Amino acid sequence: MGSNMAEQHPVGFQWVIEAKERGAKVIHVDPRFTRTSAMADRHVPIRPGTDIAFLGGIVNYIFEHDAWFREYVEHYTNGPVIINRDLQDTEDASGFFSGWNPAHSAYGISTWSYDKAGGEATAGKSEQQADVSGEQAHGAHGMKLEGGQPPELDATMQDKGCVVQLVKRHFARYTPEVVAEICGCSSQDFLAVAAALCENSGRERTSSIVYAVGWTQHTTGVQNVRAASIIQLLLGNIGRPGGGILALRGHANIQGSTDIPTLYNILPGYIPMPHPQSHPSLDKFVELNGPDTGAWGNLRPYIVSLLKAWWGDAATEDKDFCFHYLPRINGDHSHYAMMLGALDGGVRGMFCVGQNPTVGSANAKLIRLALAKLDWLVVRDFQPVESATFWKDSPEHESGEVRAEDIQTEVFFLPAAAHTEKDGNFTNTQRLLQWHHKACEPPGECRSELHWIYHLGKAIRKKLAGSEDPKDRPILDLMWEYPVQGPHEEPDAEHVLMEISGRKPDGSFLSSYDELEEDGSTTCGSWIHCGIYKDGVNQSARKKPHTEQNWVAHEWGWAWPKDTRLIYNRASADPEGNPWSERKRYVWWDAEEGKWTSVGDSPDFPPDKAPDYRPDKNAKKMQAIAGDKPFILHPDGRGWIYSPTGLVDGPLPTHYEPQETPVRNPLYAQQQNPTRQVFHRPENPYHPVNGEPGSDVFPYVLTTYRLTEHHTAGGMSRTVPYLAELQPEFFCEVSPQLAAERGLEHGGWATIVTARQAVEARVMVTERIKPLEVEGRTMHLVGTPYHWGGVGIVTGDSANELLPIVLDNNVHISEYKVATCDIRPGRRPRGRARLDLLEQYRQRAGVKD
Amino acid sequence: MSESTSYHGQPLIKEPIWTWEIPCYFFTGGLAGGSAGLAYLSQLRGNEVLARRAWTGATVGIGMSPLFLISDLGRPMRFLNMLRMFKVSSPMSVGSWILSASGASTTLAALNAWTGRFPRSARFARPAAALLGLPLSTYTAALVANTAVPVWHEARRMLPFVFGSGAALSAGAAAVIATPPEHAAPARRLALASAALELASNEVMKKQLGEHGEPYQRGAPSKFSHLTQALIVSGAGLLLRRGQSSRGAAIAAGSMLCAGALSARWTVFKAGFQSASDPKYVVEPQRRMIERGERRGASRRVSQVREVQLDKGSPATAPLPLSGS
Amino acid sequence: MSPQLETVAWPASYGEHAQPRMGFFTDTSVCIGCKACEVACKEWNQIPMSMQGFTGKSYDNTIDLGADTWRHVAFIEQKAPARVVEKLPTDVTDGASLVDCAARAQAVEGGVQTYQESDGFRWLMASDVCKHCTHAACLDACPTGALFRTEYGTVVVQEDVCNGCGYCVPACPFGVLDQREGDGRVWKCTLCYDRLKDDKEPACAQACPTNSIQFGELSELHERAEHRLARLQQAGQDKAQLYLADGDDGIGGAGAFFLLLDEPEVYGLPPDPVDTRRDLGEIWAAAGAAAVALGIGLAAAVFGGQR
Ligand SMILES: Nc1nc2c(c(=O)[nH]1)N[C@H]1C(S)=C(S)[C@@H](COP(=O)(O)OP(=O)(O)OC[C@H]3O[C@@H](n4cnc5c(=O)[nH]c(N)nc54)[C@H](O)[C@@H]3O)O[C@H]1N2
Ligand SMILES: Nc1nc2c(c(=O)[nH]1)N[C@H]1C(S)=C(S)[C@@H](COP(=O)(O)OP(=O)(O)OC[C@H]3O[C@@H](n4cnc5c(=O)[nH]c(N)nc54)[C@H](O)[C@@H]3O)O[C@H]1N2
Ligand code: SF4
Ligand code: SF4
Ligand code: SF4
Ligand code: SF4
Ligand code: SF4
Ligand SMILES: [Mo]
Repeated sequence: MGSNMAEQHPVGFQWVIEAKERGAKVIHVDPRFTRTSAMADRHVPIRPGTDIAFLGGIVNYIFEHDAWFREYVEHYTNGPVIINRDLQDTEDASGFFSGWNPAHSAYGISTWSYDKAGGEATAGKSEQQADVSGEQAHGAHGMKLEGGQPPELDATMQDKGCVVQLVKRHFARYTPEVVAEICGCSSQDFLAVAAALCENSGRERTSSIVYAVGWTQHTTGVQNVRAASIIQLLLGNIGRPGGGILALRGHANIQGSTDIPTLYNILPGYIPMPHPQSHPSLDKFVELNGPDTGAWGNLRPYIVSLLKAWWGDAATEDKDFCFHYLPRINGDHSHYAMMLGALDGGVRGMFCVGQNPTVGSANAKLIRLALAKLDWLVVRDFQPVESATFWKDSPEHESGEVRAEDIQTEVFFLPAAAHTEKDGNFTNTQRLLQWHHKACEPPGECRSELHWIYHLGKAIRKKLAGSEDPKDRPILDLMWEYPVQGPHEEPDAEHVLMEISGRKPDGSFLSSYDELEEDGSTTCGSWIHCGIYKDGVNQSARKKPHTEQNWVAHEWGWAWPKDTRLIYNRASADPEGNPWSERKRYVWWDAEEGKWTSVGDSPDFPPDKAPDYRPDKNAKKMQAIAGDKPFILHPDGRGWIYSPTGLVDGPLPTHYEPQETPVRNPLYAQQQNPTRQVFHRPENPYHPVNGEPGSDVFPYVLTTYRLTEHHTAGGMSRTVPYLAELQPEFFCEVSPQLAAERGLEHGGWATIVTARQAVEARVMVTERIKPLEVEGRTMHLVGTPYHWGGVGIVTGDSANELLPIVLDNNVHISEYKVATCDIRPGRRPRGRARLDLLEQYRQRAGVKD
Repeated sequence: MSESTSYHGQPLIKEPIWTWEIPCYFFTGGLAGGSAGLAYLSQLRGNEVLARRAWTGATVGIGMSPLFLISDLGRPMRFLNMLRMFKVSSPMSVGSWILSASGASTTLAALNAWTGRFPRSARFARPAAALLGLPLSTYTAALVANTAVPVWHEARRMLPFVFGSGAALSAGAAAVIATPPEHAAPARRLALASAALELASNEVMKKQLGEHGEPYQRGAPSKFSHLTQALIVSGAGLLLRRGQSSRGAAIAAGSMLCAGALSARWTVFKAGFQSASDPKYVVEPQRRMIERGERRGASRRVSQVREVQLDKGSPATAPLPLSGS
Repeated sequence: MSPQLETVAWPASYGEHAQPRMGFFTDTSVCIGCKACEVACKEWNQIPMSMQGFTGKSYDNTIDLGADTWRHVAFIEQKAPARVVEKLPTDVTDGASLVDCAARAQAVEGGVQTYQESDGFRWLMASDVCKHCTHAACLDACPTGALFRTEYGTVVVQEDVCNGCGYCVPACPFGVLDQREGDGRVWKCTLCYDRLKDDKEPACAQACPTNSIQFGELSELHERAEHRLARLQQAGQDKAQLYLADGDDGIGGAGAFFLLLDEPEVYGLPPDPVDTRRDLGEIWAAAGAAAVALGIGLAAAVFGGQR
């Protein structure tokens, strides 16, 4: 669901095909019939933005049919945990959970906690602030629990206050009929999916759910994934072979860039970025961010080893290991926040490295206007992409709104080396790192990122050399020496990997994060990657073919943490440590040897912790995890069906309508996710919805997506002849019915209009797009791939001209997957006439901003 | 054509890449071949006037032929490549040799006929040219028949006769133009008889083609077909009525008949393109033959293995071991 | 089980240098239409771009095989006929696929050949290529010998010999060959002759993620294909068929054969391709007879009346 795997992950899809050949049933739930649907046993079209209703319906079905895996839920999840009796559900409070503070447009979450876990159940702050993401707001990794135990449990799961009963009640209204009404699918289709999933789960069988940005790019993105987690935990499909929820990631190595992040709000290994007020010292930071129990109980050794890796000898215990050197975040500095900041003149310069935001980001025009406010912009890419040429050839030039000479931004273009021209690692969806060796030297002036950042760092240090200014210390004290090779002094990437993997005091390599010390004697650049250079060997460069080892293929690459291929795999055995079934044997307790064994994976559990181990009340860290609690990253070792902390928009998923939608939320008075981030400003107008005057001006649902033939903002595919010719023009996909309604001609042109912009696209009339019946009305979908822009062998209007910026406040992801629009036959007007058309629409719709 | 029986209406086979030069060559080749025979035989019969004119016709035809071919190929050297080998399986190869040999002998014979030089070689060249002229006139039909183009391939038995008649027609007509009427009686007989044959053989061919013959009924081929008929009928009529008496009329009639012969080649040529470009001309006859049980087709729905274990092993996608060599 | 597919020149003329006959089994039932094969082929063989623009022919914008497209992926959007859809049960709640439903409703014969539910919509994808025919019309027709049979039993154009005569173009019953613009010569799949010689798999097969393109010894491929066909038939895909897998079809079987889920013409393949050389005897005979007739006609004209 929410993934077009055959098109966007074709290489990974071979395993789906193989599974299918071995008898697996493949179901695709997607608004459009895609190449994935073509290979599926069943395709169910739904209205974009309604997955929570669909998944909630499945949760309801599971309870109605008593299909849940009781033993798994009881022992491995927080199903039996009693929740704060003051919690008010959305079902009782017309779409809000308890704790809503309209003044801040945010929740106070104290009532969401485990019962009796204390008023401040969570670390961090109990009220999220609009400008910080969930992890910062609520403590990243869960609350403090004495001895790793939820204070109150009901093993029978009958108590009305326990999670199972809460969840059951919460989703009771999501009946097949309601699902059909909201999603626009037939209740038969829905029931068939629910049945297939339940039938294929249990001791003998497992099912997995695969998603990608069809789920995440919504104002309810994170909750979509949460809904899947609830299902998989209820059905016992996590930590077991063939189970799981697979997040198919984006760019090759987008996973790597979250693990060792290019994100603004976390440090390597998901350690939160410190906050200026709350985290004055290392001690306070650890206290507020680390639960005492579970694997995160060791936050201190993790961060101390990281600080040692970065600042080496300067990081002494008496100086708090240089904790104060770390930059602090004081708000939302995510992509869109930064762009809006730039638009308001608050950002002077920007590095744009491997990103093409004038095509790839929502509201492309706003992005261009923002870039034009910068003093300087550095673009590192293979060729001058739209984001590097916006100052001379944007649509605003065509319409006469701007002139090149009026744009003050100084743009520096630095040519980049491609992945084939440098050594490094890719991390894929299942956390598997695979080393790639440089195949050839980068041409001309092209240099790797590593080269660029390393030499930039050296240049800066040279300039600062001798400075007495304390603010320069963090840079001057950095460990910034790597061996270089070749004529261009390319730093050796393996040495960076060694630093990430970590060393013992004697300089030898660590083999797992269990060996990290909090006294500063170990160094480690990313605790989850500790051991990737175990024994002085680049473990991620192992390439033993699968034909020469068993199906776990443990000697191919390296997976974090501790080379674990299947995370939480303790759950593949029953509470006593025996496999749930022979068919699904994976990790089990070998009583004679007194250790966990496996068919070939590393057990994701302390190797000699017996299933019957029970922590005492004062147990801390991993000691507090009982022998039958597989989810060791949680303070209670349980999988969270109910999420007491970590999310800003509620402990349970709830169906909200997208920002722009043709329908009224049939379940709640609250139309949209109340915590979503909206930016009301003239450059970012939203459409009226929900029967407001003017909402009929944009009657159709617009969705954007990818094609196999192109890559994201197109800089890597529109410029390549063999790819460009495969999908040469920007097009839209519409149903025959919509084509008839609007007079669109197959192969002809259409103009798609929103309050942001009007773009033109070739028309593909296809049965693959189906009108859906939603709340008694026919809902038409306009689908567009978003790969086009003004530069390259093939060019075209960008779909992102059409979309507004509106974000899920958990992670600040934009709602790319749904907006409303109008569509009309013919090409769009040129020049000023385009603006006039836009103005007409805005007036008709009463768009004020 | 309905989507269900074609792929987006795309052709199944490729249209030939040959350009206008090729039907012209079919014409000049036929002209050369027929004229050489006419010349040689006239010489035998002692009609030197006609013979010399016919040798000229043959030379003009044979001289223009390679020019057309080279123009189509793009470069002179490419024509030489034709003679790299001799392949019976390739009418084009066979034809290239015939054309070359015929070219040499015809040129020699003609030179001799006009200048009297090379008498000894010409003694061999004359019959050789006449003899080679016969296959030169008909191999082009074999050439096009030996393709996957339905309207050509299915006419394979008749097409050489159509081209043969055409060769005779063009030779006769050209001789009628070039020869004073009093010496042109054989040429007139040839032209008139072959005009009738050309029209008749075309009709027979279309009839035999049956369902394959539709391309002749539409578009360019149909227009050319009508033009051909008009030219031949009026040319023959004129020749019959006034060809003997008026040189002017003879020239006009001969020209019309020549044009008719050329137009007849265009008709066949164009029909081939039309037949190749519409998938239904390829699919439907093939499908009907399969349905009638005349052919098995290229597909088979029944597996030769009966026992398959559906759940066990051998997924379709397991890679094959690379076989070493 | 596998047919004896000996060509005129292979293996006999290669003697001890003959290699096993290599080929492709393209299993369209697992093709996901990713076009990796198309791109890999172009990359490896350095074929020029062949920009055709937006065609509206589903996701196919390269349209057909030709001088600049040696692998081509076809996309067919199909809807089951309404009468079949009517017969389908709509209240299936046990996760049965359309094929199951169709089987239950005894509607399979009506044309539901799909994995899909409800309206029986399906999207077929198939990667096409030169068939490397056992009796290759192109090769026989080629006057220059530019087209030849390799030691692997494949059919290859030698670019330095081809003179662009174009005879092979209409000779091929599949429309594979075409002339390259501005070059004049014809080009087609070489079955990666250069890679085979280095003991490497062809580029397209290597790139194919789902193994829809399977490369190997023809005899082994045939065996696989038979099993695959049997499985699909059992699974209710009753229109599944092997195309060009037999020695007794019009081209003597192919080096590249296919498993199709519908009739060949749906994919743009001729249902009964014929190697024109099969009729060459007849053709020569007719041409000879016509030549003789022409001779007689000429003689009659010259001798049959006044001088
Ligand atoms: N060839 C190719 N591969 C790629 C990329 C590429 O550009 N080209 N990009 C890479 C990147 S960066 C990413 S993030 C991934 C993304 O991979 P995907 O998430 O698979 O990509 P999309 O096509 O954006 O969206 C997937 C599907 O979501 C559907 N969808 C839209 N709204 C909804 C909804 O509300 N619910 C459900 N269930 N489905 C919905 C769309 O119809 C679409 O088919 O792909 C990666 N792989
Ligand atoms: N409407 C709509 N918009 C979307 C989405 C959607 O589904 N719909 N999806 C969103 C998603 S998931 C994503 S990930 C974004 C992607 O959007 P962007 O990241 O803005 O776009 P890309 O084209 O992926 O930009 C990557 C650039 O990096 C360059 N590059 C590649 N390798 C290197 C390298 O090694 N070094 C350097 N310096 N440069 C390199 C490429 O040439 C390319 O131009 O788009 C988002 N935008
Ligand atoms: S582009 Fe790379 S990451 Fe994406 S599917 Fe292909 S091989 Fe995998
Ligand atoms: S498919 Fe065509 S080009 Fe290929 S070998 Fe057969 S006849 Fe020749
Ligand atoms: S075009 Fe080239 S390969 Fe084709 S027949 Fe002529 S010479 Fe042979
Ligand atoms: S075998 Fe080689 S030449 Fe033929 S299609 Fe595949 S990649 Fe192209
Ligand atoms: S590479 Fe394979 S799966 Fe992809 S289009 Fe080609 S044959 Fe189909
Ligand atoms: Mo992405």
